[in-house]
Amino acid sequence: MEKLIEQFSLGLFVWQLILFVGLVLLLKKFAWGPILNAVNEREEGIKDALEEAENARKEIQNLTADNERILKEARSERDAMLKEAREMKESIITDAKEEAKAQASKVVEQAQATIQAEKHAAIADLKNQVAELSVGIAEKVIRAELTNKDKQIKLVEEMLKEVTIS
Amino acid sequence: MHRINIVKLLSLLLLTVTFSVHAQDESQNDNHAENSHTVKDLKTEIKEYISHHLLDSHDFTLFSYTTVEGDHKYIGFPLPVILWDNGIKIFSSSKLHHGESVAELNGEYFSLYHNKIYKTDAEGTITFDNHQHPTNSKPLDFSLTKNVAFIILVGLFMLWMFNSMAKSYKKSTIPSGIGRFLEPIILYVRNDIAIPNIGEKHYKKYMSYLLTVFFFVWIINLLGLTPLGVNVTNNIAVTFALALITYLFTTFTANKNYWKHIFWMPGVPLPMKIILAPIELLGTFIKPFSLMIRLYANITAGHIVLMSIIGLMFIFKNWIGSPLSFGLAFALALLELLVAALQAYIFTMLSALYFGMAVEEHEHSEHH
Amino acid sequence: MTIPNIVGAGLIVIGAGLGIGRIGGSAMDAIARQPEASGKIQTAMLIAAALIEGIGFAALFAA
Repeated sequence: MEKLIEQFSLGLFVWQLILFVGLVLLLKKFAWGPILNAVNEREEGIKDALEEAENARKEIQNLTADNERILKEARSERDAMLKEAREMKESIITDAKEEAKAQASKVVEQAQATIQAEKHAAIADLKNQVAELSVGIAEKVIRAELTNKDKQIKLVEEMLKEVTIS
Repeated sequence: MHRINIVKLLSLLLLTVTFSVHAQDESQNDNHAENSHTVKDLKTEIKEYISHHLLDSHDFTLFSYTTVEGDHKYIGFPLPVILWDNGIKIFSSSKLHHGESVAELNGEYFSLYHNKIYKTDAEGTITFDNHQHPTNSKPLDFSLTKNVAFIILVGLFMLWMFNSMAKSYKKSTIPSGIGRFLEPIILYVRNDIAIPNIGEKHYKKYMSYLLTVFFFVWIINLLGLTPLGVNVTNNIAVTFALALITYLFTTFTANKNYWKHIFWMPGVPLPMKIILAPIELLGTFIKPFSLMIRLYANITAGHIVLMSIIGLMFIFKNWIGSPLSFGLAFALALLELLVAALQAYIFTMLSALYFGMAVEEHEHSEHH
Repeated sequence: MTIPNIVGAGLIVIGAGLGIGRIGGSAMDAIARQPEASGKIQTAMLIAAALIEGIGFAALFAA
């Protein structure tokens, strides 16, 4: 300890104190200040850039989500449209079928009705002709028959019988 | 004989800084001279080399040697001597001739004895008291000694280096050149020393001091290991100045809580408060004191051991001892490289810790 | 240096060595237990070791 005190040099101490304080102040002004500021700025810059990148990433994520949503919507819309179209097609087909069926049945009915009418007409015509024929025949028969009185009466009787039957 | 000469030359190269005060030391050395007059005891010589190496000097000597005729030759350059003795007196240290002659200035005479300047008469007589302490009057010595010159050089070097680094940031935010090496260290000091110990809120005002002290101590420790051998941090005056700055910085930036914890420790009973106050107060002085002693002692001890091992080479002087001590010295030099950085780190770290204590806001007083 | 001084210095070195050794050992244990806290442990270890070392040196100079 004594040796230490003996070794102690006041001059060196004073010089060191002055020089060191001066060095701290000078370095603060010319070195540490600018260096630390630059480093801080850079770190802030990096932080900002990272934040920005994160934001951009989020935005992109949102965008893709949006896109996906839109795509999904479009797809479902298309599906709905297709379905509708299919339904429409089917309904059209069924409608057409039904209409065709109805038309066909109508035609058939008309045909049947016509046939019926023709038939009735034909029958009526036949009846008329038969009647005329029979009247003609009857006239001739009657003319031949009516020459004989007995036969006349007999005929009348027969005819009367027939009338009641028909 | 030839080999011994080489060894001697090597020794002089390695133990660069040498001083000779034999001229004035004759009276003391009389009893030594009796046992071995021709070859001075090698061990004492090495011891003197080491102790001189560790001391400051008034001139910058790169190396010295002794001619065959016994004259001491010094290669280096003188530094100004500044004395305060009823007015400033400035003269070149070359006038002192490494303690071999007396410097004369306006009719006053100064001479060097054991590295200290004394006022003497024209013949340079130094009188001693019973304890072999000189009784001559001692002027206040503010000389630009070797260490002061070195501090200035290191200061200029740091200014240049860090200023150029700061300028490189103006061009781009990415460091270039030496900055690539220094920036991680600066960031380490900030992120791992200052912020954890002082806290995010207050660390900024201490950064300049912490960075300066870290790099100053580190660089100057490293340069102390070079063959120039200028050890600045093994002067107690230097470490005392550094520790004093830490102490003053702590004291003047301390907040109310710090003083409260020293003089009136909260959360302990009254008698304990009275006992703790002086202990805590003493603690504030012990902390920077230990800083001072630690740096001084580590560097001094390192140099003494390293140089002693180098010195062993000249005691053994055989083929097995010299390589062995060379290897040991080499390993130790590597260790000293680590110690140089470690001591700078510890000094900075503990300074930061003390600053942190001074500005800490104690929210947890109840837990004490 | 007298004999008591040398003995005292030896005792100091033994004490400081034991202390620093204990700190180092405990720090190793702690790091092994919690490797993620190794940075903090190292810092605390260095501080504690430095304090002991400081006291040791102070005592050495007194001896």
